[in-house]
Amino acid sequence: MSERTLRGKVAIAGIGETTYYKHGKSPDAEFKLALQAVLAACRDAGIDPREVDGFASYGNDRSDAPRLAAALGIRELRFSNMHWGGGGGGVAAAVANAGAAVHSSMANCVIAFRSLAQGQFARYGRGAQQAAAAGDDAFLAPYGLMSPAQRFAMKITRFMTEHGIRHEALRAIALTSYHHAQTNPRAVMNGRPLDVEKYEASRWIIEPFHRLFDCCMENDGAGAVLVVPAERAKDLPHKPTYLLGAAQGGHHRSAAPVHNAPDYASAHFPTVARNLWAMSKLGPKDVDVLQAYENFTGGVLLGMVEHGMVSAEEANDFLVPENLRFDTGKLPLNTSGGNLAECYMHGLEMVNEAVRQLRGDACNQVKDPQVAMVIGGPMVTPVSSLILGTEATL
Amino acid sequence: MSANISHVLPPGLPAPAQEPVALPYWEGTRAGRLVIQKCRGCGKHQWGPEWVCHRCHSFDLGWAEVAPRGRIYSWQRPHHPVHPALNGHGPYIIVLVELPGADNVRMVGNLIGDPLQEVRIGAEVEAVFEPHDEATPPYTLVQWRVVG
Repeated sequence: MSERTLRGKVAIAGIGETTYYKHGKSPDAEFKLALQAVLAACRDAGIDPREVDGFASYGNDRSDAPRLAAALGIRELRFSNMHWGGGGGGVAAAVANAGAAVHSSMANCVIAFRSLAQGQFARYGRGAQQAAAAGDDAFLAPYGLMSPAQRFAMKITRFMTEHGIRHEALRAIALTSYHHAQTNPRAVMNGRPLDVEKYEASRWIIEPFHRLFDCCMENDGAGAVLVVPAERAKDLPHKPTYLLGAAQGGHHRSAAPVHNAPDYASAHFPTVARNLWAMSKLGPKDVDVLQAYENFTGGVLLGMVEHGMVSAEEANDFLVPENLRFDTGKLPLNTSGGNLAECYMHGLEMVNEAVRQLRGDACNQVKDPQVAMVIGGPMVTPVSSLILGTEATL
Repeated sequence: MSANISHVLPPGLPAPAQEPVALPYWEGTRAGRLVIQKCRGCGKHQWGPEWVCHRCHSFDLGWAEVAPRGRIYSWQRPHHPVHPALNGHGPYIIVLVELPGADNVRMVGNLIGDPLQEVRIGAEVEAVFEPHDEATPPYTLVQWRVVG
């Protein structure tokens, strides 16, 4: 029996995104943004958009597959897939689901995408405004616990306190994203540099570990990648970016109600990371460039620890800007500016950046990377992560 | 039930929907008692409320009063107002409290007292019932106070 794997079976042949806007500033409707990103990814891949036969998304994206297929005159829709879970936890899973569809021959040419216009629709950083809170929220919202930052803050408090990790480690993550955004013309925070003084002077969102700059932006825009069989990708304009490993889910009862997950101080990657490394046949030391989803900087730390990129004991020493920059870093991190400073496109912008790095045409190009990793939104459930590689890694 | 106990947070935040799966809990809080799910199949406590026991899959979930004492498992001090009712209110403390007397289930509440007080993981706390008699229907929240 042949090995059951996606390793090397599918490739990202095209990437696309819209202009990225501050939240509420998009002149275009959310669905139009989705269309623009899909068409851009097809153009990049040199594939007629009518040939697309599947769509995969996450985070309850409102631009649904049948409407996209109709609007774009898709000849035949063969795969439409929405990954459960909020925020960007599903970004890597959406790419993997597209890959699984293509590899299984359920579809041939699948777009994984995310579109967001938070001006047109509600923002994330504010609690829902309904009068009565139901489900889990009945035990949270009356106590003033409503926003994503608040849902995750106590995981961070517990982890940082338990391991004696200083806030400076998180500061380094924020400084790195902003540093990289200054040379990325796509970045919303391009021209808005951040230094230690500005960071330390920024207001508390939540003590003890969430200053303003530890939190992602909220933005309008869309991003998309086009996934095809590996064989097909070889005949297309760009050097193929192969999927080497993908995993999604969460460990034992990570979604337990009212903050009762047994392993509470976690980003929910322990089993996901194990499965990711198993499929990719690689380990943390093989990663040349890392895109790690910053909903909050604390989640980047937890995600890195749970993937074995750094141990909790080393975190204070390792997480300094020099180690994370594209040019000097032992582990270049969030080289486009990420969710903090390029655009909060729920991590889809990070997949695009991983592809650019492996193609060799990123604006903060790491020297000759072969393996790129994307860690999707940490601390939600289910979470997901992804390993991509060049042809040399097959 | 004293109506003059001041509330930790200002009025206007969402009230809890007192749903069927959790009704004995809400009835307990109105009587000043902490009542949570205890499985009749395996005898273990679980929280939050669910229709099935996550350990033994029994649907025969009973309810039991537990000691209103715990210790702080984690905490946060939000500054940014996430709801119009909190505009201009200033920081407040949310604690995650572990109940050693009930298989270490955890509950979320506010910490009573100075909102700028130092908070220590592991600190012993006791439940304080905070009635909202003016609400329709009325409900009671469970807040926490450091012991000693």
